[in-house]
Amino acid sequence: MAENGHKYKLVLGYGTCGIAAGATAVKDALEDAVKGGDYDVDLDFAGCMGYCFKEPVIEIFDSAGGSVIYGDMTAKKVPQLLDEHVAKGQVIEDWVIKDSDDPTAHEGDFLENQHRVVLRNCGKINPESIDEYIEIGGYEAARRALTGMTPEEVIDEVSASGIRGRGGAGFPTGTKWGFARKSPGEDKYLICNADEGDPGAFMDRSVLEGDPHSVLEGMILAGFAIGARQAYIYCRAEYPLALSRLDIAIRECHEKGYLGKNIFGTDWEFDVRVKKGAGAFVCGEETAMMASMEGKRGMPRPRPPFPANSGLWGKPTNINNVETFAAIPWIINNGSAAYSAIGTEKSKGTKVFCLAGKVRRTGLAEVPMGYTLKQVIFDVGGGIAGGREFKAVQMGGPSGGCLPESKLDTQVDYDQITAAGAIIGSGGMIVADNRTCMVDLARYFLSFTQDESCGKCTPCRIGTKRMLEILERICAGEGKPEDIDMLQTLASDIMASSLCALGGTAPNPVLTTLRYFKNEYEDHIFNHKCTAGSCPALITLSIDAETCTGCGACVKVCPTEAITGEKKQPHVIDAEACIRCKMCLSRCPSESIVAE
Amino acid sequence: MAKECTCNNRFADVSDLGPVDEIVEKYGQEKGALIPLLQETQDAYGYLDEDVMRELAKRAGYQLSQLYGVATFFSQFRLKPIGEYLIRVCHGTACHVAGATQISDEVINQLGIKEGETTPDNRFTLESVMCLGACALAPIMVVGDDTHGKLKPTGIKKILKKYAGDSGSQEEEE
Repeated sequence: MAENGHKYKLVLGYGTCGIAAGATAVKDALEDAVKGGDYDVDLDFAGCMGYCFKEPVIEIFDSAGGSVIYGDMTAKKVPQLLDEHVAKGQVIEDWVIKDSDDPTAHEGDFLENQHRVVLRNCGKINPESIDEYIEIGGYEAARRALTGMTPEEVIDEVSASGIRGRGGAGFPTGTKWGFARKSPGEDKYLICNADEGDPGAFMDRSVLEGDPHSVLEGMILAGFAIGARQAYIYCRAEYPLALSRLDIAIRECHEKGYLGKNIFGTDWEFDVRVKKGAGAFVCGEETAMMASMEGKRGMPRPRPPFPANSGLWGKPTNINNVETFAAIPWIINNGSAAYSAIGTEKSKGTKVFCLAGKVRRTGLAEVPMGYTLKQVIFDVGGGIAGGREFKAVQMGGPSGGCLPESKLDTQVDYDQITAAGAIIGSGGMIVADNRTCMVDLARYFLSFTQDESCGKCTPCRIGTKRMLEILERICAGEGKPEDIDMLQTLASDIMASSLCALGGTAPNPVLTTLRYFKNEYEDHIFNHKCTAGSCPALITLSIDAETCTGCGACVKVCPTEAITGEKKQPHVIDAEACIRCKMCLSRCPSESIVAE
Repeated sequence: MAKECTCNNRFADVSDLGPVDEIVEKYGQEKGALIPLLQETQDAYGYLDEDVMRELAKRAGYQLSQLYGVATFFSQFRLKPIGEYLIRVCHGTACHVAGATQISDEVINQLGIKEGETTPDNRFTLESVMCLGACALAPIMVVGDDTHGKLKPTGIKKILKKYAGDSGSQEEEE
């Protein structure tokens, strides 16, 4: 809503994605332009709206509550935007990506097809202003719970909602809180896992950058429920903006009396501190995380004892993920029934997915559990970029799997996705098209887990290394007929004998690609072909004489002078001299370079 | 090894133990604060110098082996100095699918150094990282504090040139 007596309110998306796409220059241009007071507009900024594919993004609200979202903004476009939209009230149709008065417009269905619970405030409020959060009802759930509910009532409400941990494992949150509540001891700890290590997942970053107070409020509720007075947020150091906004939010909470002693006027005390991770994927595993918080190498230990009984410093500890905490205030405010009304029988509520890879609309997609993968990728994500063919969707990061087109009707639900061979995990969804090699993708994940293995137990440390060697061999065109069987044997051994989930799930990317894309492995091994045109050792680059315009751009970038041709005539690649670096492929304006 | 500052005074000189005192003062009493101790030391000096770590261990009451054990476990910590600009090429899944390998190859090609190395003029240090969480802009790399997204290998030369400065370096040869 427009406020401060201004006709319009202009909100710039100012999260990491936006800044990377140039939002700082847009911000400077906006501030400069409105300085003179010529425009009847109130400037504000927010976190990520989820429209990552159109960043930088600006939303302009009018006094009637309507809004228009503009995408691909630049500093250069700012004067025209202010002159036409703000001064004259004229919408610039060419730049619009969503218009509240015209639901059919442009990219509007990206948001229309979502159901936002966790992301309810992201992109709407200024994450560096507690007052904006309070204005829309923030901290009411915490106040109500602390002043009018018992801890058990809070736990019952969370249990009844059916919410399951959004960090990946999907354990029922209310049950977990119940264990921690019942665990004997005066000192208990609460930890928010913000060590978002899955490559391809960035929802926790977006929530922390866009709405840190929802997470803090969820933590206040959880601390009260389980009886923990001290809480920590373990956040990746790779997220500097999230860290700085958390610091601001915590400071503001202290100023308001929402953190510290006697919060909300009660005799309850609760404090939150931020612990910065130091870059270790295994620290997403809770026992490894606690080890690193105690100042040790981040290695997991066997469970039991579970953290609810013996966690940080040997005290009862409850760990939940960012997304879980962000949903809790909504559940307390709207009631467990409202939450459990969303979703499927065993998976309630919504889940945020990060759409990335070869999907047309990359960004944040929060959908009700029960949506099909097709709905997420095609209705929300807008299908495959560049009009190419869908090949697979990779879910759950290095612990997850790749699902093919035949599984697109699978519903987003913990049990169904697991049955199909992947996991919901933290919610990364990387879409692959027909140019993505599935063997190479499996190799990529194994190189990741191999690199991130903490080295404590042998199956993970050495087993993943052996699997990686085989996959590297196959991608290099030196695969042996027995390699597929060997991969399967190693996979089952590693899964059966690893200590923690990192090793226990590391073979998943290989197993699912073997299950659904075995033909690609066979093509690599027996036919010496990479049908996706990806693995350098198994492809030949050539130029399509029909479409080549003879512009010569490829000649300039070829490091081995393998490309020749007359100006404005089709060029040719000397296969002998070509080192298949694909520089020409990325440079060719007419997409005439063929890799096969 | 000669220990001279090569970083345009961005970081404290390793012979100056003032920052160590401050950091120990701040975290010395805190249980298990070993990671923040090392993080702030690295922030102050740009890397974890052996002599500085020895002093840190002594003053904060740790064994050097404890510090070294943690410093070598986590990828964030560096035991060697870095150049003026740290280049981090993202190798998350989205970036991988979008061609991060070619981006790294081209940076290596342009700078003439391998991953983990620093250019002889101390301008650039190259690292590859696992997911910076800006997947929608894949492939990305971060130079200093600037994130560059939707990269193409052919555009790398131009980006590096912006940071190469007056001293010139390999990428201006052609």
